[in-house]
Amino acid sequence: MPDARITIPAKVQRGAPFEVRIVIRHPMETGYRTDESGKPIARNVIRTFVCRYNGEPVFSARLSPGIAANPYLRFFVTARESGELVFEWQDDAGASVSERAALTVT
Amino acid sequence: MHGRFEGRRRLLGGAATLALVPWLPARAADAELPYIPALAAFLAGRTPRWERIRLELPRLADNGQSVPMKITVDGPFAPGPTVRALRLFSQRNPVPEMAVFEYPVPVERVEVESRVRLAGTQRIAAVAEMSDGTLCANAVEVVVTIDACLDGTG
Repeated sequence: MPDARITIPAKVQRGAPFEVRIVIRHPMETGYRTDESGKPIARNVIRTFVCRYNGEPVFSARLSPGIAANPYLRFFVTARESGELVFEWQDDAGASVSERAALTVT
Repeated sequence: MHGRFEGRRRLLGGAATLALVPWLPARAADAELPYIPALAAFLAGRTPRWERIRLELPRLADNGQSVPMKITVDGPFAPGPTVRALRLFSQRNPVPEMAVFEYPVPVERVEVESRVRLAGTQRIAAVAEMSDGTLCANAVEVVVTIDACLDGTG
């Protein structure tokens, strides 16, 4: 199962903002919960998220336990040239994941 | 018969008068920022303008675990100041700084959506930082029926 579901338009118009939607598979564990035996479950949330467009950061986010599990983000990016969007995020457990999506600009 | 129509006329007239009364903000109590220490620390005495930015959350959330949230800043931006960052603050969550969204390069459409956790009924504030240093803010109240139990006290 992939770590994220990314939705971007099939084609975008140069110079216009286009919509990016991403859902990341992640528990966003708050650190306030306990397991069956009463032991606290360590906090593990996605701290940082960045979207790079042909290498350049165009949108980034710093998240907290106040963001729901399987975080969903929807934002806009300005279309320039065809290329690639790379999404990268890091969580408290030290995991760093990246996903990519190809973009066609007309 | 005539009288009945007259009554209807008066009613219509009344409705027209009501329509002329300046629109009263439905969330009048929201026309100022809630006191949140983390927000006050960020503002450091600056007063944000109550314009351009719109924070949207449902007025009533049955479940605080996942509440849709949307921040919109009205354009147009370029060649004027653009949006650098959007900050979201919670009045009651154990971590008051819920999220920061940043635009390293300006974009003409500033709209961010996500889903948040809310530890109880509270007010949420959003602040936009513009490239000229000005701040715009908005806040809404959300009534939460079932908390996200973030700190185990709920």
